[in-house]
Amino acid sequence: MREGVTEMSQRIHTIHTVSLWICIVIGIIVFGAMAYTIYAHRRSKPPEPADFHEHLGVEIIWTIIPVLILAGLAVPAAKTLIDIEDNSNASMTVLITGSQWKWHYQYLDADIDYYSNLATPTTQINSCLIDLFCDLPDEQGIAKPLRESNENYLLEVDKPLVLPANRKVRFLMTSNDVIHSWWVPDFAVKQDALPGFINEAWANVPEPGTYRGQCTELCGKDHAYMPVVVDVRPEAEFDQWVEDQRIAKELASGQAVADREKTWSLAELMEIGEGVYSTHCATCHQPNGEGQGTTYPALDGSEIATGPIPVHIDRVMNGKEATEMQAWAPQLSDRDLAAVVTYERNAWGNTTQDVVQPRTIFENR
Amino acid sequence: MVAHAEHVPHRSGLAAFIARWTLTTNHKEIGSMYLWFAFTMFFIGGALAMGIRLELFMPGIQLIDPGFYNQFVTMHGLIMVFGAVMPAFVGLANWQIPLMIGAPDMALPRLNNFSFWILPFAFTMLLSSFFMDGGAPNFGWTFYAPLSTTYGPDSTDFFIFGVHMMGISSVLGAINIMVTIFNLRAPGMKLMEMPLFVWTWLITAFLLITAMPVLAGVVTMMLTDRHFDTSFFSADGGGDPLIFQHVFWFFGHPEVYIMILPGFGIASEIIPTFARKKLFGYNSMVYATASIAFLSYIVWGHHMFAVGMPLWVEMTFMICTMFIAVPTGVKVFNWTATMWRGAMTFETPMLFAIAFVVLFTIGGFSGLMLAIVPADFQYHDTYFVVAHFHYTLYPGAIFGTMAAVYYWLPKWSGHMYDERLGKIHFWTATIAVNLTFFPMHFSGLAGMPRRIVDYSLQFADFNMLSSIGAGLLGLTQLFFLYIVIKTIRGGKPATDKVWESAEGLEWTIPSPAPLHTFETPPAWPITDAREDQAARV
Ligand code: HEC
Ligand code: HEM
Ligand SMILES: [Cu+2]
Ligand SMILES: [Cu+2]
Repeated sequence: MREGVTEMSQRIHTIHTVSLWICIVIGIIVFGAMAYTIYAHRRSKPPEPADFHEHLGVEIIWTIIPVLILAGLAVPAAKTLIDIEDNSNASMTVLITGSQWKWHYQYLDADIDYYSNLATPTTQINSCLIDLFCDLPDEQGIAKPLRESNENYLLEVDKPLVLPANRKVRFLMTSNDVIHSWWVPDFAVKQDALPGFINEAWANVPEPGTYRGQCTELCGKDHAYMPVVVDVRPEAEFDQWVEDQRIAKELASGQAVADREKTWSLAELMEIGEGVYSTHCATCHQPNGEGQGTTYPALDGSEIATGPIPVHIDRVMNGKEATEMQAWAPQLSDRDLAAVVTYERNAWGNTTQDVVQPRTIFENR
Repeated sequence: MVAHAEHVPHRSGLAAFIARWTLTTNHKEIGSMYLWFAFTMFFIGGALAMGIRLELFMPGIQLIDPGFYNQFVTMHGLIMVFGAVMPAFVGLANWQIPLMIGAPDMALPRLNNFSFWILPFAFTMLLSSFFMDGGAPNFGWTFYAPLSTTYGPDSTDFFIFGVHMMGISSVLGAINIMVTIFNLRAPGMKLMEMPLFVWTWLITAFLLITAMPVLAGVVTMMLTDRHFDTSFFSADGGGDPLIFQHVFWFFGHPEVYIMILPGFGIASEIIPTFARKKLFGYNSMVYATASIAFLSYIVWGHHMFAVGMPLWVEMTFMICTMFIAVPTGVKVFNWTATMWRGAMTFETPMLFAIAFVVLFTIGGFSGLMLAIVPADFQYHDTYFVVAHFHYTLYPGAIFGTMAAVYYWLPKWSGHMYDERLGKIHFWTATIAVNLTFFPMHFSGLAGMPRRIVDYSLQFADFNMLSSIGAGLLGLTQLFFLYIVIKTIRGGKPATDKVWESAEGLEWTIPSPAPLHTFETPPAWPITDAREDQAARV
């Protein structure tokens, strides 16, 4: 087990080590006795077996001894558990929301929130049967990045959770769809994120650094592709980061106003839309828009993507209740939403020539 | 009482063959059908496991895409648990319980036929979901809501119906076994004189009739949530997804003991025979089994430590769970004491029984570690758990069944199996099991979650080892099939007693066991006059 960096993870590591050694020692005694009897009491040695089949004393002893050992294990475990469950006196709180298949982080004490997605490119994930061929350049002549040279393969995200060192941070966990579980081994924090309920956990990380973990509750198709990355920074740097985020947010809202005022051309939106589509939509609807069986509908030729524009916008912004098609309005900017809808209406075999402007999206919010 | 094929009008060829096997009410024939059914399912579940291990051979997606992988994992788990292990144990019970207690047949022979014939239909239905739009169930064998309710594929309804059917089959089988044991023992055989295999099955039957209806309940709640607008498991309608987990594991934990207690019984039969010494601590074995069964009802929460339960609940479940180690330890010590100062020989059944004890104990150790809540926060839902339960299920349930087959097959078929081939099978299987499942402890401790189709590079070496072991393990099972068929078709004739110091009523009848045995109850305790027993059969 990883020792981790927090006081809690180290205490747990000690409990693990102690219990492991207890098991090893008992194992050596029991298996040793068996090995001895298998060797010494085989038929060729004493041709006549002994004749005993009960001994109350021995039986009582080997009932009592395990009870004592177990009690010895349970007490420190219980103490640690009590400390783990003590969520009081946190200096800040982050609300973590799982959804298929990304994490949303919301700093409740500052006006910051964002999504955190897997950053490993699909070209590294999908490979052919014989790996050698995967290193060949693709059609554009660009060599695919080698999976083997990416030490953070599947454990990297676009935007990690940023936390301060040496402050007790409280996590609130919940989910938008199915159950997920947020786990960072180095903090020994593993907590299920349940739809409709809120769980608590906390960590106080002494060492700045980057810590990686994964979702540990089966949550559908891309459960393997839902990493957790935490970037712990010294306190001063963290405060600076919070300030930067505030400024960036102001700039972004200025940008949003500008986007809204501008009238975009089809070509501009198609270019942006293609990017948005391949990062957010292609896992399900596929890069060629053909979908997958009946689970993920094709967008190429779909009634919604070629029919009335408001219906299409509504489906993308608000998703569809109780399906994997989630609401994208909270996750994407007006410009990106406008671009991806425009893209879907004009990509592959769809040729509506419709252009959806960011201001239309804004009016629908 | 014994209605069977002879009462069916004579037909020719195929029709007669079909009529015989579909209409039979004979416990031996039904027992064989259960065993062959379980064996078939074991190969299907095994083939899915091969697919899983092939995909996990190295990082990246090579063969099975992520959605399909989840279907593989789910169906592997479901088929192994409900299709392979449980029917195999019922098959052994069918064959052996009447022979061991001196009964002419099961108490309810027609019910017996019915409970078997439900199974092929249940599993055909379950397996057919692979060919449906949207694919097979993909939410893990634990089918947590809402992944299985709101987000489940259409085939989930077939899964629900299939679970209902196999639940009915198990409950009927369990009732039959209980009635047989309580009513058809040889006159004079007291409960505390029954062979341990019979005892462990009696206790298992109690677990089955109490646990399976809970499973039926939870899948019915799923069904109404999916189609009748209830919201047991959905917070939107005032329900709670955790209710699902509580109800499921209230069934689920007894279920894991259903899959191991008969194995305990088998080891307790085989070890004394080959140690040529009576079982040490018969009474404490019975009490230990009963207390394990009782405790299994109050530990379900140890599967849910990470869901956010109140502190005192977690503590209670931790302590109850640790307590299970005590009776389990008693059993292991008793088996060792049985071997102690015996005069042991190591035929294949004995080898499998010893491997059962040793490897199951390793699974018990990791189970104890998992019970410690703070540590479980790190182990939960990682490959450490996968290693743990495969150590209890593979060397436990599967090796237990194999030991039983080698032990009793000469009695069933009238031929000895080939001892040399049996030993080869044993050693390859044991090496392969450890090569497959031991590295999973390490990948789990290093942080690899379970049920993932692709993993980061640090886990690559362990996974490659596991996959190589799994390939070997798959081959050894084909070899086992060969040995079984070879034995049935011929081989050295088996004596009535088969094993030099075997004890029990089943060894007083001829080998192969005739279709009808103990039509008049045997004398109990067994007298020396085995010949006159045989004459009465
Ligand atoms: C997690 C998988 C997933 C992702 C990611 C996803 N969708 Fe969907 N989408 C679905 C599913 C499932 C449906 C079908 C819902 C239903 O009607 O049952 C759907 C339906 C749609 C439809 C309606 C199609 C039709 O003909 O019914 C549109 C349009 C759409 N999605 C656009 C998008 C866009 C744009 C994105 C990216 C921003 C996206 N989707 C990302 C799963 C996904
Ligand atoms: C050929 C031997 C076997 C191999 C190689 C094997 C391999 C595996 C692997 C790798 C997993 C984990 C998959 C994942 O989490 O991604 C798994 C899951 C599982 N296996 Fe096996 N297994 C074998 C035999 C068995 C047997 C005999 C049983 C039961 C008696 C069994 C019961 C299960 C169960 C219940 C699961 C959990 C499924 C789930 O997560 O929903 N397996 N197996
Ligand atoms: Cu997940
Ligand atoms: Cu359990």
